[in-house]
Amino acid sequence: MKENSTIKSLDPRITRADIPKDGQLSIDIKPLDQWQTYEVFHQEKKGDHHSHVGSLHAPNPEMAFLMAKEQYARRGRCVNIWVVKTSDIFTTNFEDEDMYTTNDDKMYREAGGYKVMDRINKYKKEHKKKEAVK
Amino acid sequence: MYGGGYIFDESASTELDDAKKLEAFEARIEAGEKIEPSDWMPAEYRKQLIRMIEQHAHSEIIGALPEGTWITRAPGFKRKLALMAKVQDEVGHAQLLYSAAETLGKSREDMINDLISGKSKYSNVFNYPAETWADTAVIAWLIDAGAIINQVANSKGSYGPYCRALERICTEESFHLKYGHDSVVFLATGTPVQRAMVQDALTRWWKPIMHFFGPSDKISVHNTIMMKWKLKMASNDDMRQKFLDMYVPKIWDLGLNIPDPELRKDEATGKWHYTEPDWEEFKRVINGDGPCNRERLAVRKMAEEKGEWVRRALMKQDERYITPLA
Ligand SMILES: [Fe+2]
Ligand SMILES: [Fe+2]
Repeated sequence: MKENSTIKSLDPRITRADIPKDGQLSIDIKPLDQWQTYEVFHQEKKGDHHSHVGSLHAPNPEMAFLMAKEQYARRGRCVNIWVVKTSDIFTTNFEDEDMYTTNDDKMYREAGGYKVMDRINKYKKEHKKKEAVK
Repeated sequence: MYGGGYIFDESASTELDDAKKLEAFEARIEAGEKIEPSDWMPAEYRKQLIRMIEQHAHSEIIGALPEGTWITRAPGFKRKLALMAKVQDEVGHAQLLYSAAETLGKSREDMINDLISGKSKYSNVFNYPAETWADTAVIAWLIDAGAIINQVANSKGSYGPYCRALERICTEESFHLKYGHDSVVFLATGTPVQRAMVQDALTRWWKPIMHFFGPSDKISVHNTIMMKWKLKMASNDDMRQKFLDMYVPKIWDLGLNIPDPELRKDEATGKWHYTEPDWEEFKRVINGDGPCNRERLAVRKMAEEKGEWVRRALMKQDERYITPLA
């Protein structure tokens, strides 16, 4: 009986699993079944900033590190990883991005807000004139 | 791999979206900027993106099955290790892509439910069996080659998280391509039995390979808006032409025979001629009636069900789901 009612696969491991041939193909995985998400930050080499590389699902920080290593450090350079629960990150809104723009009325706090050459040149010119008069 | 021949929804209604916001959004895409998860986007853009990235993720995870079949029986320890590493990469690609799709607001649980019920699709080629280890060599070389053409194009698209995931994926694909080519060359330059084995595998896989980039431009749904929004970066036929241009000479180089008497390059136009793939079969198989559809989904379902108690045992009471950030 069993021979005809289960899936026969090219993969003997699947054949041995005795999966019913005409079982219902639907599943109802509930929210959070795959756990919460963590955001991953990695550092390519010592001295660099850590930078965000993506997110993953994990039930705790230990598993998050394991998944982070497999998903974000399988290739290329990495010396250190941070994981942070997505729910613990607070962000500003892109719609408010204008609050970070440097506006012209705050030039007193920019290097470019201080222009001395004009005064120096003017001073030198006048000074030379005075010297010449003497 | 993978992700080729995406199936898009036909309607593209943006009437309800704020016209001014839409204009600014399209101007940003036109200027080559990336759209990020918290940016305003048309509902249709979000819907098509979820659909596309989700299909791509499912293709990676289902694509692991035909190749995974041969891990325990790959010839020699080194090839077992290599195939295992390749298959693990593919499963990792699925993880990266599910995360990218999630930033748009669909949970991973819902994506898995929709995969198993057949509501979401995956690349059609994985509904065909890998009959021998040589089939996995042909898959790793030529299906992954097709995937690279598709993924490199899409990594220049408009949605930030998808592009970044693709860049990471593409660096791993180069190993798959080299590994696959190495295996095919090994068989093709081996004994007559080995040559016959790889020829048979190529003959079996040529049809899925030609199907890989999806229906011909002549019959596929009009996707001007997909191109404008940089969701689709090249037409199906253009990608197929590019693939043929890059790989047919390499296949012929090995003295292997491609089972299409019409296949030749028109030197005047620079375009390849080929027998038009059977798009009726493509539709039939993608809608469930292929040699392995049922097995693929049943195996995926079994894996989810058998792992459930482990996931539940590790779950904490205070867990709370937040859509990933980027
Ligand atoms: Fe992949
Ligand atoms: Fe791959």
